[in-house]
Amino acid sequence: MYNNIQEFYNTLPLVIVAAGILIATTIEMYSKKSENILSWFSILIFLASGFYSLFTLDARSVVLQNMLATGGYVNIFYFIFTFSAAIICFLSIDYIKKYDAYFGEYYILMQTSVLGMMLMAGAKDLFMIFLGLEVMSVSFYVLAGINRKRLTATESALKYFLLGAFATGFIVYGIALIYGTAQSTSFEVITTKFSELSGNLLFLTGVLLFLIGFSFKIAAFPFHMWVPDVYQGAPSTVAGLFSTAGKAAAFSAIIVSLFVLFTSGAMRIITPYLSVISVLSMFFGSIVAIAQTNIKRMLAYSSISHAGYLIIGLAASNTEGIAGIIFYLAAYSFMNLGAFGIVSIIEGKEEANLELNSYRGLGTRQPLLAALLSLFMFSLAGIPPFAGFFGKYYIFIAAIEAKLTWLAILGVLSSVISVYFYLRLVVLMYFYDSSEQIEIERSNTGLLAVFISAILVVLLGVLPGSLLNLIISYL
Amino acid sequence: MENSLLLTYLILLPLIGAFALLFINKEKASAIRYTGLFFSAITFIISLFVYFGFDHSSSDFQFIHKFEWIQGLNVYYFVGVDGLSILLVLLTTFLTPLTLISSWSSIEHKIKEFTFFMLLLETGMIGVFVSLDLFLFYIFWEAMLIPMYFIIGIWGGKERIYAAIKFFLYTMFGSLLMLVAIVWLAVYASGSLGYFTTDITQLYKVAPTIARDIQLWMFLAFGLSFAIKVPLFPLHTWLPDAHVQAPTAGSVILAGVLLKMGTYGLLRFNLPLFPDASLYFAPYFSILAVIGIIYGALVAMVQTDMKKLVAYSSVSHLGFVVLGIFAMTQESVQGAVIQMINHGLSTGALFLLVGVIYERTHTREIADYGGIAKLVPFFAFSLMFASLSSIGLPGLNGFVGEFLILLGSFKSGVLNSWWFTVFAASGVIFAAVYLLWMYQRVVFGEVKNPSLNGLKDMNAREIFVMIPIFIFIVWIGIYPSTFLKVSEKTSAKIIHQVFNPEQTAEKLINNR
Repeated sequence: MYNNIQEFYNTLPLVIVAAGILIATTIEMYSKKSENILSWFSILIFLASGFYSLFTLDARSVVLQNMLATGGYVNIFYFIFTFSAAIICFLSIDYIKKYDAYFGEYYILMQTSVLGMMLMAGAKDLFMIFLGLEVMSVSFYVLAGINRKRLTATESALKYFLLGAFATGFIVYGIALIYGTAQSTSFEVITTKFSELSGNLLFLTGVLLFLIGFSFKIAAFPFHMWVPDVYQGAPSTVAGLFSTAGKAAAFSAIIVSLFVLFTSGAMRIITPYLSVISVLSMFFGSIVAIAQTNIKRMLAYSSISHAGYLIIGLAASNTEGIAGIIFYLAAYSFMNLGAFGIVSIIEGKEEANLELNSYRGLGTRQPLLAALLSLFMFSLAGIPPFAGFFGKYYIFIAAIEAKLTWLAILGVLSSVISVYFYLRLVVLMYFYDSSEQIEIERSNTGLLAVFISAILVVLLGVLPGSLLNLIISYL
Repeated sequence: MENSLLLTYLILLPLIGAFALLFINKEKASAIRYTGLFFSAITFIISLFVYFGFDHSSSDFQFIHKFEWIQGLNVYYFVGVDGLSILLVLLTTFLTPLTLISSWSSIEHKIKEFTFFMLLLETGMIGVFVSLDLFLFYIFWEAMLIPMYFIIGIWGGKERIYAAIKFFLYTMFGSLLMLVAIVWLAVYASGSLGYFTTDITQLYKVAPTIARDIQLWMFLAFGLSFAIKVPLFPLHTWLPDAHVQAPTAGSVILAGVLLKMGTYGLLRFNLPLFPDASLYFAPYFSILAVIGIIYGALVAMVQTDMKKLVAYSSVSHLGFVVLGIFAMTQESVQGAVIQMINHGLSTGALFLLVGVIYERTHTREIADYGGIAKLVPFFAFSLMFASLSSIGLPGLNGFVGEFLILLGSFKSGVLNSWWFTVFAASGVIFAAVYLLWMYQRVVFGEVKNPSLNGLKDMNAREIFVMIPIFIFIVWIGIYPSTFLKVSEKTSAKIIHQVFNPEQTAEKLINNR
């Protein structure tokens, strides 16, 4: 397995999470107080793994028989996944108590899903991607329906499972075609054989099917149908995980698998596909979000629209695009976590306070929460000096360098549309007085999580160079 | 002595003040007001240091403070002032404390938030005028929208929500296209300079070499964003809504400073960066400017609401500034710069006065007034003074700017037709009509509205706000050279950059 001890150290981020899963399962079996122990245990595991990967960016190697890459930007992805998951755990502590819906597997599944994401981000082989994807997705299917007392949660889980399985079918079919033409699933072999393969229609069909499958996972139009229902039905914390770490993982898989294609001629076939779904996602997401009255559905459509911006980076197919995507994913994760975090704090028992109207006059009653939520909304809308703006800026640089100026122009037009619905929340919170009082339970850990996200959103906006330089130098 | 950190202090001080406010209990209203005033006053004092340390004889950027901000992208924190921006910085730091004093009694709820947003706004405005890196400029340009949006939306009139959203979306639409153009420009620069940059002193060298066809598009992308802000006819429709709905302080800042950002942007970016396109578009923009002058004046004439009347007069007055810019002669550009300041002073004063009377009567309808001269003599005098300044009475500031613009546009080789001047000059006459007519209906005659009896005249605080503005109105009117000589070299340089792009580029390279 490992050729030397260094290789083992390089995979420590994964090992920590994997060991965490085993220990957590044991704790859950034997302890009666597992609810309290497991939440803090998972946070510890995630932070340990996340910070370890952040401090070992230099540990670049390919381990496990050319199956897994470590170090470099892969570790930046690890950090995004684990840190998002840690924030979600913080939010979950009080959220689960509020719903009185603790199930032992909640934190364990969160860890397995993160392990799956990490396998995808580091994959050097199509099988590894598939393995990671399934580990992540199956955990997600269960997490979506974790609150099994609720009908909507069950519906959400079933919908997610059926459509997710359908998407996986595409991916497997794509992998099969690629394997059939390249006689290998290893990226390395595919890269070396690439010149002869790029003319092969079956191979390109395989790549396209693979991409279509992942379009489901990143919630791009027209493969987005599951997103609003799943986000709405799933617990808010879990929806937050889907929309941040889950999306980042799917993008990491696309990046690792498409990276080899960028310098070759194959992009001329893929770029039109990417451009089209990017434009459609951006506009569909922004326009339909305007009509939403439920905040979780609104955030779901906003997530579709953000997938569109991210795909611009893929369509640009240059290193700026990749760096832009990674930065954008980090920025998007933290601002969306903040938004979902506040939603989960404000949400009352039995899915109360999820309508946009519940946010009326929040600026007077909950000044801190309202101010933070406005900050996240401005960042999501891409207004400087917050992280969301810089993410967009960098993606546009990539697009213009790739001579896709028209895509950048459509991107800004869709941004203008999206400003409307993000601002509407701010309007409701500050410009109206509330007619009815809603009860909000205090959640210190939740507030801490939201606070950390807010600090990161501001920091990434004001000092984007700190993360950007890391990404560029390790790409 | 030139202290390179002064401009950074200017940007940071209001920001520090804003965050200091967060630690004050929101019940302590006067502590909050004094803190806000203190920080904006200190900012004004520091801006005076900048002004007196400024070397008029040079057209270069001064008080430069530069350090690398985002390494990967070659983005610098790069600030500096020249003869154009220093006047606007002063106008900003001058008006902000005055508006804070003016809203001492008119803003009664959420005082902490109000002062917080006003200080943030000041940081944004100063940042816009001193940024010499397009990326930095854009950050301030957009970030400034947030406080203004809240000021209109929370403390505004009845239709405030509609006005706030319209204001935000209009400006956002224009500026996002500018963002694409900025990125395109930086990518183009990396082709010829060898590195990606948004530094405008570098872009001044390479941007004029862009092919004319592309320049036209770039000019439009930048120009649209600035034209919306100015606002140039027919993009002005957000302005009456925003001005009328905003609280007095918001209207003063909107008219006094925010509108100038559009004309500032045209002078700072459009003309020097895209000279060929500027020459091509000059007649078209001038035609729109002249239409704006006449249209704004005619619409102002039929308004029944005083605040709306002043708002439409802004469309007309800013038309003069745009005409001056695109006539591209030394006189007209200097006239445009001085007219930006004039408009900030006189329209600011008019909005303040409308606010003063509205606070007492809660109506802005001209028909509700009449004969208040006897009741409120100080107010009547101040309104007369501000109106005359806005009309352009010789001896007051408005005359200087309008005269220079008309003179410059008359002999402009770019416009090459005196029709522009003829039509624009009619705007001066219309201004006299709508302002004096309003004055007559409000101030003279008999008191018809019984509820006006017992109207209190301006108090000491309100008079204190007007006095500095009036001093400058007279000063510019009688001895404009104090201010004209500040902008002289910079105006000459901008015109030079338009007509001799290659030469300028060479000169800039040799100077390095």
